[in-house]
Amino acid sequence: MIQITTPLNQSQINELQAGDLVFISGTVYTARDAAHKRMIDDLNTKGSLPFDINNQILYYVGPSPTPPGQNFGSAGPTTASRMDAYTPTLLDLGLKMIIAKGYRNDTVKQSLLKNQAVYLVAIGGAGAMLGKCVKSSEIVAYEELGPEAIYKLEVENFPAIVCWDTQGNDAYIQ
Amino acid sequence: MKKITAERIKDAVKEACLSIQYRYSPKMEETLNSYMNKEESGLAKNILKILLENSDTASENRLPMCQDTGMIVVRMTIGQEVQIVDGSLRDAINQGVREAYDVGYLRKSIVDDPIFDRKNTKDNTPAIIYTDIVDGDEINIEVAAKGFGSENMSALKMCKPSEGLNGVRQFVLDTVKKAGPNACPPLIVGVGVGGTMDYAAVLAKKALFREIGEENPDERYAKLENELLSEINELGIGPQGLGGKTTALGVFIEHYPTHIASMPVVVNINCHMARHTKVVLK
Repeated sequence: MIQITTPLNQSQINELQAGDLVFISGTVYTARDAAHKRMIDDLNTKGSLPFDINNQILYYVGPSPTPPGQNFGSAGPTTASRMDAYTPTLLDLGLKMIIAKGYRNDTVKQSLLKNQAVYLVAIGGAGAMLGKCVKSSEIVAYEELGPEAIYKLEVENFPAIVCWDTQGNDAYIQ
Repeated sequence: MKKITAERIKDAVKEACLSIQYRYSPKMEETLNSYMNKEESGLAKNILKILLENSDTASENRLPMCQDTGMIVVRMTIGQEVQIVDGSLRDAINQGVREAYDVGYLRKSIVDDPIFDRKNTKDNTPAIIYTDIVDGDEINIEVAAKGFGSENMSALKMCKPSEGLNGVRQFVLDTVKKAGPNACPPLIVGVGVGGTMDYAAVLAKKALFREIGEENPDERYAKLENELLSEINELGIGPQGLGGKTTALGVFIEHYPTHIASMPVVVNINCHMARHTKVVLK
């Protein structure tokens, strides 16, 4: 069983192989469609992001609301390709790991290789179980976006599968 | 004339919306279990196992199985001997949706305009509503919560009649291949053939309201459904697109007479959640 703990370490990232099932513990930031658009707008207008993305993990998710007595709502991955247009810019700023689901385009894959970053997929449809891996959460930016706000999550044993590794191997059958 | 109040319809819709979010149907659990036992790849088996465990986690914690709690689609038949009283039908349905998404801690995923602003309506309304007037004195309400990871991978083709059976077959397979991991396989594949362009889509959606394992009453279509299911599972896409024998759990086809010049085909993709249920008001 491969365990990954944040802060991420480049040599551990380089050892990951497409198809590996890994369990992540530590800090993960969330962002989906609207948050990506806002981050790129912020970069263009203010020259910075609302958090330091260097060496971080970004998870594409729009959680369901947190019910009383729970740490977080249901939180499975959303489709990655809608973020393709924004991703290379974030990777160039040091983003090290992305967790989502579905195909990435060639530009994203090449940018991941160039930046020695990895793309992992979480299990679409396992939202309740993935939400239970979240131990605490706080909103970091764009609160008005509701489920699309950027959250900083502390996760424990969050399962994901390496999809595109630093050698350019792809776990998807295409 | 039989009277049914708008309030009863609202309550039925609310209850239906809540009943489908926190657990697979028993038949779906059974189906996933049997596919899990047939999988050889460790990863494919593991993913199906995690999906089944997720259903337990969801119901124990009353968390929705998936964070995309969908857009509500309501298919209703209203007996012509029934009068709906004390309110409007459309308002009653939307109020049922609104209350369910509030008390159920379900995600509100609807935006008010598809192009401009895309502002969240914050209560998951409006629902998509289909009504049909039929004989009788009952109201039949079918409710589905349709996720859009799979909806986005659906497709339409106006086939030529000369493309025939193989045209339909190829289009279904191509659509599933293109959907790949994006639609969260294992999938349920709804196919509508015939009618007009729009009606083929209505039929494909209707197909997704069939219960898993339910046979098509027309044996030619039942055979085609079984063949397509085998062919899809031979593609090797597997659970979550990471390889395996379980790409789809069911293929359902609905058909209708069409024009001499055409053979419309719509493939509406659903994921393994297949969240739908049915209520009868008498």
